[in-house]
Amino acid sequence: MDVLFFASLADRAGRKAARVDLPSGADVEALWQRLLVEYPGLRLVGQRPMVACDLQYAAWDRRLDDVREVAFVPPVSGG
Amino acid sequence: MIRLQAESIDVAELIDAVRDPAAGAAVQFLGTVRSPDLGRRVVRLEYEAYEPMAIAELERLVQATTQRHVTARVAVVHRLGPVIPGEISVAIAVSAAHRAEAFAACQLIIDELKLRVPIWKREVFEDGANWVEGSSTREA
Repeated sequence: MDVLFFASLADRAGRKAARVDLPSGADVEALWQRLLVEYPGLRLVGQRPMVACDLQYAAWDRRLDDVREVAFVPPVSGG
Repeated sequence: MIRLQAESIDVAELIDAVRDPAAGAAVQFLGTVRSPDLGRRVVRLEYEAYEPMAIAELERLVQATTQRHVTARVAVVHRLGPVIPGEISVAIAVSAAHRAEAFAACQLIIDELKLRVPIWKREVFEDGANWVEGSSTREA
């Protein structure tokens, strides 16, 4: 699946996008743990970011079998 | 009308988009870039968005607002990229039958936009820059 990072998270990860393959049944938490290994800069993130699956905010126990795009988003600051 | 754009916002266009003969009130909110911020001169803000989700969240927000304020019509435009002090970063235009609904709908949209819509601003100062994280209570 496609993983997107934004704002300060992209700075920490060192990239804006990544492709990750996960075993069936994996949830957002499992994806995040994998990302922490691949992009260790993410470990510097103070508080857990929010997550969106296919353009909707999701819980961290959301399973990813049917998800195409996951985005990790820092607290928003539009307006 | 819900849009993200790099170009300067034309407020008259938003007012026209919600014009309605049944409306007795029209309200606009303009969020503008201010300088200084906490005593430091702001050179510019830079806005980044998760664009497809920002549009989706704005659509959900506008729908929830018009379900609650049934006579309201809404237009929202947010800038992307660099915006300099004095310029408008976000514009919301609302028309409604009466002023109570118009004000309430407009306030609801900007308040919720600042909590939920995946847009981020980076403050660029003369001597550095940082991402703004989270809705700043001092801006309320």
